[in-house]
Amino acid sequence: MSSTLDAGGSANTHPSTWKRPPVLVKNNTLRYALIIGAIVYLVLAIGSLEVNWARVYEGLDRGWQFVKGFLQPDFTSRWKDIKIGMIESLTMALTSTVAGVLISIPIGIGAARNLVPPFVYRICRSIIAISRSLQEIIIAILFVAMFGFGPFAGFLTLSFATIGFLSKLLAEDIEVVDKSQLEAVRATGASWWQLVNYAVQPQVAPRLIGLSLYRLDINFRESAVIGIVGAGGIGATLNTAIDRYEYDSAGAILLIIISVVMLAEYLSGYARKWVQ
Amino acid sequence: MNITENSGVSHLRWQHRTGVQRLALWVGWLLLVAFTVYCWQVMTESTIWAFVADAPRQAADLGSRMVPPKWSYINVLWVPLWHTLNIATLGTMIGVAIAIPVAFLAARNTTPSRFFVRPIALFIIVASRSINSLIWALLLVSIIGPGVLAGVVAIGIRSIGFVAKLLYEAIEETDTAQIEAVTATGASRSQVVNYGILPQIMPSIYGISVFRWDINIRESTILGLVGAGGIGRQLQASLNVLAWPQVTLIFIVILATVVVSEWISAKVRHAII
Amino acid sequence: MLRVDALSKTYATGDKALDDVSFTVEAGQVVGLIGPSGAGKSTLIRCVNRLVEPTSGSVHLNDEAITGLSRKHLGQMRRRIGMIFQEYALVERLTVMENVLSGRLGYVSFWRSFMRRYPAEDVQQAFALLDRVGLVQHANKRADALSGGQRQRVGIARALEQNPELLLVDEPTASLDPKTSRLIMRLIVEICSERNLPAIINIHDVVLARQFTQRIIGLQEGRVVFDGAPNELDDSVLTRIYGEEDWTDIEGARSEESAEDDVSEA
Repeated sequence: MSSTLDAGGSANTHPSTWKRPPVLVKNNTLRYALIIGAIVYLVLAIGSLEVNWARVYEGLDRGWQFVKGFLQPDFTSRWKDIKIGMIESLTMALTSTVAGVLISIPIGIGAARNLVPPFVYRICRSIIAISRSLQEIIIAILFVAMFGFGPFAGFLTLSFATIGFLSKLLAEDIEVVDKSQLEAVRATGASWWQLVNYAVQPQVAPRLIGLSLYRLDINFRESAVIGIVGAGGIGATLNTAIDRYEYDSAGAILLIIISVVMLAEYLSGYARKWVQ
Repeated sequence: MNITENSGVSHLRWQHRTGVQRLALWVGWLLLVAFTVYCWQVMTESTIWAFVADAPRQAADLGSRMVPPKWSYINVLWVPLWHTLNIATLGTMIGVAIAIPVAFLAARNTTPSRFFVRPIALFIIVASRSINSLIWALLLVSIIGPGVLAGVVAIGIRSIGFVAKLLYEAIEETDTAQIEAVTATGASRSQVVNYGILPQIMPSIYGISVFRWDINIRESTILGLVGAGGIGRQLQASLNVLAWPQVTLIFIVILATVVVSEWISAKVRHAII
Repeated sequence: MLRVDALSKTYATGDKALDDVSFTVEAGQVVGLIGPSGAGKSTLIRCVNRLVEPTSGSVHLNDEAITGLSRKHLGQMRRRIGMIFQEYALVERLTVMENVLSGRLGYVSFWRSFMRRYPAEDVQQAFALLDRVGLVQHANKRADALSGGQRQRVGIARALEQNPELLLVDEPTASLDPKTSRLIMRLIVEICSERNLPAIINIHDVVLARQFTQRIIGLQEGRVVFDGAPNELDDSVLTRIYGEEDWTDIEGARSEESAEDDVSEA
């Protein structure tokens, strides 16, 4: 840096306009093509909405009823149904999480590349892929068709979904465990079972507990949904309430769901801190 | 792990856990097992075991009815599929547009008031997050009538909480030195947001939006079950008439859509970040 | 001219960072603020533009009070005070030019700054400043693509883009190597003399402070314990500021650095 350069003297030779270079797409043609494409898509998409404005206008009043119902929820008139639904949802969430975790542990270990032979790995990964790609509601439809209406079908659905979720995360956790610790335990001549018990379990157990609690929370939320297709739980109660336009009861149910989820989040945060 | 020391080195005794800890652990596990068993009994009280025992036969029956899929039905599915895509995309856009201001109101370092505005913003986030989009759709169909619009709004409402939560965490993690430097130039509050905070969270906004879009594609395929438009509506219609070959085809189409959207979202996220 | 009167700051945690600090800085004077970490150097310069709100006392710039200004007027006051930061504090994901232009934020409307449409003379001045610090060819690069020394020069250009009446400089060399540190210090001092700018440079490196500043203020536990010319800063004063033990470390560092300096200047 030399002090012969002078800020004032050369000012007139500097440009007086500046345009920010494009941030995401540097190529001009491509950028304009993308912008035009986006606008055309938006016009077509909004055009496809086919809004029935008269019906929407009519709905404004109902929307207001819902807001009022939400602010002044009615817990009492449908309390019996709400209670049955909540008990079903909560028991479903807990039992399916426990069952799901128990099945997830062997599958998760089997899906960890560093612990098992390739053919076991491939089998376990396919199970995970199937469980993850099918949505809860679709599984619930099939299970209701096979096992009949009620929480048992819901339990199976949620357990199945838990397997995909937990095994995948567990397998990923196991695959990143500290290699040196694996080697150290292997070097002592430990058997495969001892290896899992001494080198893997201590490293992944705290996170497994955290994930199980998180999945418990998800299972509860999902239990409110699968009831719509007949798999038991609070969803069925909610469906009935909304069908009958009983927005104050629906508001009460939604508030209960929200508070359980909030409580679960608070408690699981606390439990995770305690585990570590 | 614990070392209990008695009098000298020769008496060092190693134990995995102390007696009390071990006992507490066992009692904890025992309680969990007992509680699970109790819940199981409560849950299955009304279960008719004859139906469950019959399930393998039902499954075989269902399986035989579901294959082969009715491939010709695909021609009916193109328009609902287009609607599904629109529900997810427009819903994501609405959700992100509302989530950005909500996130700024909820982040500790940008909220105008910690004791009044922040709790409201947090409640909006929790309410939107804890209720599944299918339930929002159920409500909206009842309020504004069946159709694609109800689906768009349902997806939008559900996306607010998800996007706002991740975003406000990103805002709270921004580098304070950069914000302080912009403040020191005499910039107004909105200019500080524009120059100090926004550049830092732009990658998060893109990433979270694409991630949510991917989830929304998945969710919008089934919203039709409650009347909110898209391919789920054909699913509902086929289920009602027990047209299982059509149901199979719809499942296959949904699966393909989900796989494709996951692939697109991974590609886009990779390109942006 | 900057006047600081009986300035005190006690944080909400009860820590007393500043205790009855008073001094004046004349136009064109470059003051080095030294002291051990935790002495209140950083709090002091942040109290001047009220990034940290002082508990009591007053600050005047050219006889206008800074303390007691409303939010709106504070913005107008801040744009007259340029600030250069430790670790540069550039907005990493914006271009170099946007960072320099952000020095004009206090003068342009939100809409103009949002659209990046700054007045012609602002843009011209920004280019001139980038030229002055030798970075004009990097104007369209993102700030995080530059090296440490380059980033600090962008930080200087941003502060000067404000056409400030006072420069506040917070540990400008903390994350730079010794040679770049000297280049940056020299640039700051040169610019101050060109523009007759008063400056407070908060600096932990006593050697650099002695070499480049005209006056040194020593802070210890929030109080001014030394205020005078660099050559008056002898070992007994340094012992008073840094304490016995730390002082020998600094002595070691000094001989090391001067040796390095000989090499780099040879």
